[in-house]
Amino acid sequence: MTCLPETTERQLGLAIDLDTCVGCNACVTSCKEWNTGGHMAPLTDLVPYGGDVDGVWFNRVHTYEQDDAMGGLTVHFPRSCLHCTEPACVTVCPTGASYKRASDGIELVDEDKCIGCKLCSWACPYGAREFDVDVGVMKKCTLCVDRIYNENLPEEDRVPACVAACPTSARHFGDFADPNSAVSRLAAERGGVELMPELGYRPSNRYLRPRERAEHEITIAAPPLQAVQAEGGFLGWVDRVLSR
Amino acid sequence: MHPAVSVIFFTTATGAGYGLLALLGVGAALGLLPPHLALALTGLGLALTLISSGLLASTAHLGHPERAWRALSQWRSSWLSREGIAAIFTYVPTAAFAVGWIILGRVNGWVAAAGLLAALGAIVTVSMTGMIYASLKPVAQWHTPFTLPAYLIFAAMTGLTLFNAILQVFGLGPQWLIAVAALATLGGWGFKRAVWRHDSGMENRPTLNSATGLTGGRVRSVQWPHSERNYLLKEMGYRIARKHSARLRRIAQVLAFAVPLALFAVAVFATPWAAVTACVLTVPVQLAGMLIERWLFFAEATHTVTLYYGLP
Amino acid sequence: MPIRGLRTKTTASIPRPSSPGSGEFREIEWDEAVGIVAERLRRIRASDPKKLAFFTGRDQSQSLTGWWATQFGTPNFAAHGGFCSVNMAAGGLYSIGGSFWEFGEPDWDHAKYFMLFGVAEDHDSNPIKIGLGKLKARGAKVVSINPCRTGYSAIADDWIGIRPGTDGLFVLALIHELIKAGKVDLDYLARYTNAHVLVIREPGAADDGLFLRDGEGRALSWDQARKVPADSRDPAIEPALVGSFTVDGRTCVPVFQLIAERYLDPAYSPDAVAERCGVRAEKIRQVAAELAYVAFQQAIELPVAWTDWAGRRHETIKGRPVAMHAMRGISAHSNGFHTCRAIHLLQVLLGTVDVPGGWRYRPPYPKPVPPPNKPAGKDGGKPMTPLAGSPLGFVTDPADLLVEADGTPVRLDKAYSWEAPFAAHGLMHTVIRNAWAADPYPIDTLMMYMANMAWNSSMNTSETIKMLTDKDENGDYKIPYIIYSDAYHSETVAFADLVLPDTTYLERHDCISLLDRPISHADGPGDAIRHPVVAPDRDVRPFQSVLIELGARLALPAFVNDDGSARHADYADYIVNHERAPGIGPLAGWRGKNGGDIGRGEPNPRQLEHYIDHGGFWHHELAPDERYYKMANRAYLDFAVRMGFVAKAGPIVFQLYSEPLQRFRLAARGHGAIVPPESERTRIEIYFDPLPFWYVPLEETASDGDGFPLHALTQRPMHMYHSWGSQNAWLRQITNQNKLFVHRAMAARLGLADDDWVWIESANGQVKGQISLVDGVNPNTVWTWNAIGKRKGAWGLGDDAGESNRGFLLNHAIADLLPADARGRRYSNSDPITGQASWFDLRVRLRKCAAAEEGFTEPRFKPVASPPNFEPSPRKLSFGATLRNKERVG
Ligand SMILES: Nc1nc2c(c(=O)[nH]1)N[C@H]1C(S)=C(S)[C@@H](COP(=O)(O)OP(=O)(O)OC[C@H]3O[C@@H](n4cnc5c(=O)[nH]c(N)nc54)[C@H](O)[C@@H]3O)O[C@H]1N2
Ligand SMILES: Nc1nc2c(c(=O)[nH]1)N[C@H]1C(S)=C(S)[C@@H](COP(=O)(O)OP(=O)(O)OC[C@H]3O[C@@H](n4cnc5c(=O)[nH]c(N)nc54)[C@H](O)[C@@H]3O)O[C@H]1N2
Ligand code: SF4
Ligand code: SF4
Ligand code: SF4
Ligand code: SF4
Ligand code: SF4
Ligand SMILES: [Mo]
Repeated sequence: MTCLPETTERQLGLAIDLDTCVGCNACVTSCKEWNTGGHMAPLTDLVPYGGDVDGVWFNRVHTYEQDDAMGGLTVHFPRSCLHCTEPACVTVCPTGASYKRASDGIELVDEDKCIGCKLCSWACPYGAREFDVDVGVMKKCTLCVDRIYNENLPEEDRVPACVAACPTSARHFGDFADPNSAVSRLAAERGGVELMPELGYRPSNRYLRPRERAEHEITIAAPPLQAVQAEGGFLGWVDRVLSR
Repeated sequence: MHPAVSVIFFTTATGAGYGLLALLGVGAALGLLPPHLALALTGLGLALTLISSGLLASTAHLGHPERAWRALSQWRSSWLSREGIAAIFTYVPTAAFAVGWIILGRVNGWVAAAGLLAALGAIVTVSMTGMIYASLKPVAQWHTPFTLPAYLIFAAMTGLTLFNAILQVFGLGPQWLIAVAALATLGGWGFKRAVWRHDSGMENRPTLNSATGLTGGRVRSVQWPHSERNYLLKEMGYRIARKHSARLRRIAQVLAFAVPLALFAVAVFATPWAAVTACVLTVPVQLAGMLIERWLFFAEATHTVTLYYGLP
Repeated sequence: MPIRGLRTKTTASIPRPSSPGSGEFREIEWDEAVGIVAERLRRIRASDPKKLAFFTGRDQSQSLTGWWATQFGTPNFAAHGGFCSVNMAAGGLYSIGGSFWEFGEPDWDHAKYFMLFGVAEDHDSNPIKIGLGKLKARGAKVVSINPCRTGYSAIADDWIGIRPGTDGLFVLALIHELIKAGKVDLDYLARYTNAHVLVIREPGAADDGLFLRDGEGRALSWDQARKVPADSRDPAIEPALVGSFTVDGRTCVPVFQLIAERYLDPAYSPDAVAERCGVRAEKIRQVAAELAYVAFQQAIELPVAWTDWAGRRHETIKGRPVAMHAMRGISAHSNGFHTCRAIHLLQVLLGTVDVPGGWRYRPPYPKPVPPPNKPAGKDGGKPMTPLAGSPLGFVTDPADLLVEADGTPVRLDKAYSWEAPFAAHGLMHTVIRNAWAADPYPIDTLMMYMANMAWNSSMNTSETIKMLTDKDENGDYKIPYIIYSDAYHSETVAFADLVLPDTTYLERHDCISLLDRPISHADGPGDAIRHPVVAPDRDVRPFQSVLIELGARLALPAFVNDDGSARHADYADYIVNHERAPGIGPLAGWRGKNGGDIGRGEPNPRQLEHYIDHGGFWHHELAPDERYYKMANRAYLDFAVRMGFVAKAGPIVFQLYSEPLQRFRLAARGHGAIVPPESERTRIEIYFDPLPFWYVPLEETASDGDGFPLHALTQRPMHMYHSWGSQNAWLRQITNQNKLFVHRAMAARLGLADDDWVWIESANGQVKGQISLVDGVNPNTVWTWNAIGKRKGAWGLGDDAGESNRGFLLNHAIADLLPADARGRRYSNSDPITGQASWFDLRVRLRKCAAAEEGFTEPRFKPVASPPNFEPSPRKLSFGATLRNKERVG
């Protein structure tokens, strides 16, 4: 069903902290690794060792620079499905292959129904859907549905692969429908933003922008150094009883 | 957007085909068309060939064409699904209309009604096609109030050009029809120019700032997530050089509008034989121009995903 | 992933392909191959063992390979540390008995201020990222000093885009500010360092600058309580840190007096260094103020009682939460040893080494400063005789050098010669040239393991390639025989006479040993194994096992039993049963018959099972009172003695002033029995300064700065591992072309635009690549990702692969020798103290290339052909396709 659920019980998603992402690509490769054996398997790679190598990925990390008053920022920016609340990627789908789950708000593709018309990828403003030319169907981030509810995994591993892999803990997973969830609170505290809100897709993922770096409390608190004023100058100051 | 041959052909051919079909239907209902077997065969044959080959072509780019039937299921939300359904439904009155006109040799009564219904189906189908594109918010050049009318106008325009040519060939076309066709072409031209003017002045489009949430200072892409072009860039990152696009726009205008207009003018003032030749010539010339126009419709359309790649 | 290893039996080519890629390899069976090698080596060992040069690269088995070389009797052994980061190792071990690299770590849980110098990724990459995440979460301040604003530097709260090679100045300016302001932890200095040791100040004397010592050789300090010189280690003294004292008619001053005198000099003031460093003086003062603020006003205390080496109990563990880490941005410069020492000096002045919130040792460190072992092989090795010890060690006196009486180096790589006296890791980057030039002597066989010396791990790659195939007037190869072990089809494979195809790490046993490069935590020692998780699908053998078999065939004493039979079946057997000292073997965990011992204990036949049951790891958690002040913590030191980390539980004293350096300086002044040849004296005199100082990197001094105005660097991409990242089809999708990043303003000045193709020209050579404009880089610096560029034909990559067509290898531009000095002498492009390769001293200029030259890299070499049976690369990968539920609806 490509009509969107009126409401979802939960709205799962990610909060991605651009203040700590170092752009290591661990989330990118672990996403690929998990998902090429998961719900959307395989994530095909064509001409893997040749010149025009091309593969299907659900998560990609860009690097940007932004001008600011302090001489600029370099920002690593992981991009994956935002699990939107009003996603046209679902409503445009003619076959019902794309759907949004009422239980947790995750957008998925039913590969067995997909005719590979690619329209959903046109409808996604964020480039979160990638077509598998070899299999002929559309693929996308599943929010690791096959991990987060997977009873065969230890409790602490029931998070998306990218979240588990992120060494800097820049990725946080949780329920945005619950204002008291850790991710909701984190997003609120850090002023997490939606991407391209003007398009009205109402993404659930939130991006936490780099903190104001010039305003670090240590920088503000540290008093400028003064030369020692002891008798005999610095050496005089040092010349005191010290025990070993 | 990647200008896929199949989709360009599909939209151009079905546009002309549905335009012609609608005119045949309406023409029959208005009593403008006689029960003329050759005319009926040619007119409906051409319309159906254009429509069917276009629809067939549209399945060529599917990853799983054998599952195409599934595309009819989501009419409640999907314009593509609705288009499919409308296309199929349109075949029903069209078939009745064809049976009536070609086999039974009549254009009145239920045949006229079928003609009108076929015309309605054609208009609805073309509108659905237009809405597929018009509804896509990530593509600013498509998500405008111009897209739906453009599809309808160009369907009407190419349909009229075809309609006129066929009638002239069979010597059934009045002089004023040439004028009407010319007016449609003129209107189409004006509309296309208006669209281009609108596109070049578009404001408030998403920017890399809003795409990344990095509001404030200017954001530049300094490294892509991959070295080679991937699906997103191949499908949605198509870029055409400004110079190239300007040249193609000129060619498209010459072929789709200017030359046909000149030919129409010739047709009005020339000897009957020359007039028929001119009217017939308008068809391939205009369709060629429209293929270029449609190529540009895709090639010049930019998708928001390219913002992430720092592409202008 | 299927393993893209060398899918071939042992391949030997006789003769070596005269042009690599000629495909002249033929396959032979392992038995024959090992036989050929054994025969050759037996001959060498019986005549002149140093004619075997055995150099190894990125392996984790240096304790085995070094032991093997020792047994063989050749001093010509080293691992890759000389071109990697020996400056960090030596700079630390000669100063604080531990080092950055992976031998210590910031106290991620307590630090409030973290300074990161010259790190893109590092060995400890995941722990660093986890640590940065922790610091960020706690709101600690992260300061990165790095010409490039990428990765860790991108998320730093303060990015200091320093000009390459000037960190020493920057750090000494911080020290200047701190000393001037009295922001120095004097108590810490008095307790844990030699700041109070008396230095003889008698210019011209043979012992000028050495420590004042008593009859038993103990260094003396001035006891202010008793007004006498006293044993500096006596815990009861009240040592003077400043002043000038006359003892037996000789003037002596405490080390700290010298430190203060030197660094209070206005030459080290922020204003004096700002321009050179490309860092505003204001910024330097701000960092100094922040350091002082956090160290002294934000000090922390852990409520844990501990006892120091002298038996004194402390109720809490006091900490100054300033942590630092540094790596190759410091070490890969020819002034890196001193810069590294300067950073350690800064840490120590602030009292932040091995304290809560500071930088912490990972056991088995700290060790005595420097560690006591000296390099063996002074006599050059004797036929059929093992060396007296490891060929690598720590020189503290000219007498320890490996030189002939006339100063000629004993070693092929010239380590421990006057050219690189403290070459604690050898100089692998000089081996090919020296072997080619027969300088100091010709060798017979070069055996290399896991180092892509014909490409990305060589400086001056184009010329190295020539040397590898160069012949003498008789038509014989100048490097007569090359044996190489690789697991993949690297560029180097094509140059070997005999290739020993290795397993990959998934197919063999490995041992990450405390005897080697430990993986300990600061909270306790640890080690690990790898064990085969897949069976090789081709006829390959673990090189370590082959080495052990060779050892047995050659009857090297440690590799055979008394009856001459092989002592170890294979590497796994060696890991378990080898004992370096009684009870001490490669693995510290589960020792003893029942696996109940750690560190010391009999070999345990079930040891590997225990490791496998624990995920491959062993880790011992230190008690809370053993975790800090390890250099002076009685409980820890006793533990370290039990484990065999140190010989005795005495305190480890930081050598802020380095007497070994001064000994070399004295030798350069003609004092002592062993003095440098006249020609080396100035160099030794200048660089062997007992206190850290800064000098212009050697290439910059020697070359015309205006002609090559830009610094050119490489950085490791976090997602790639040197050359063989390309063997992973996923990673190479992320990066298969490297571009040269150029500052936007600099590009504008040079008339260059984004994506232009340029020639990157140095005094040594040129290479062509594509540029990308950025703002986050020091304007005088350009940089690229390391080791992405590949030689066509290698690695099983397609001929159209980005790596070999558009990616480029900066190494073609990097010189392995410095320009000739006034005497026409060309030194290795290395740190004059440690011999560390100075990769990052490279200076270049950019020239936009002609339109016809765009789109492809140069230099281009003839494509190498694949060895026999090399499996063609797949056209498609569909991992996991088979895992999917087969049911599909049509
Ligand atoms: N321009 C520039 N050059 C540099 C550096 C730099 O920063 N800039 N860094 C330098 C440094 S620090 C280093 S450490 C070197 C690293 O450079 P190298 O030492 O060359 O390291 P790698 O490229 O990782 O791999 C060496 C070889 O080991 C092979 N190999 C991989 N796994 C195995 C195995 O299991 N068994 C065997 N037998 N072989 C294996 C690979 O195929 C490869 O041919 O590069 C140095 N070169
Ligand atoms: N992913 C990945 N991890 C690796 C490796 C790998 O190939 N890939 N290789 C491993 C090996 S062998 C090594 S040696 C380590 C090395 O790890 P790193 O020490 O991180 O080595 P590099 O990548 O060479 O980064 C050197 C950094 O120093 C900066 N730099 C250069 N010159 C200066 C200078 O003068 N001052 C300052 N302050 N900074 C400077 C450069 O901009 C760069 O950021 O990484 C290890 N870890
Ligand atoms: S990010 Fe794209 S694919 Fe994901 S839900 Fe939103 S519109 Fe759909
Ligand atoms: S590609 Fe598949 S999932 Fe996407 S719109 Fe078409 S049928 Fe639906
Ligand atoms: S949630 Fe799962 S599928 Fe989505 S980006 Fe993360 S790892 Fe990939
Ligand atoms: S794993 Fe974490 S730090 Fe690394 S790129 Fe992904 S989000 Fe960034
Ligand atoms: S390659 Fe191995 S050692 Fe390096 S970060 Fe990854 S897991 Fe750790
Ligand atoms: Mo290294």
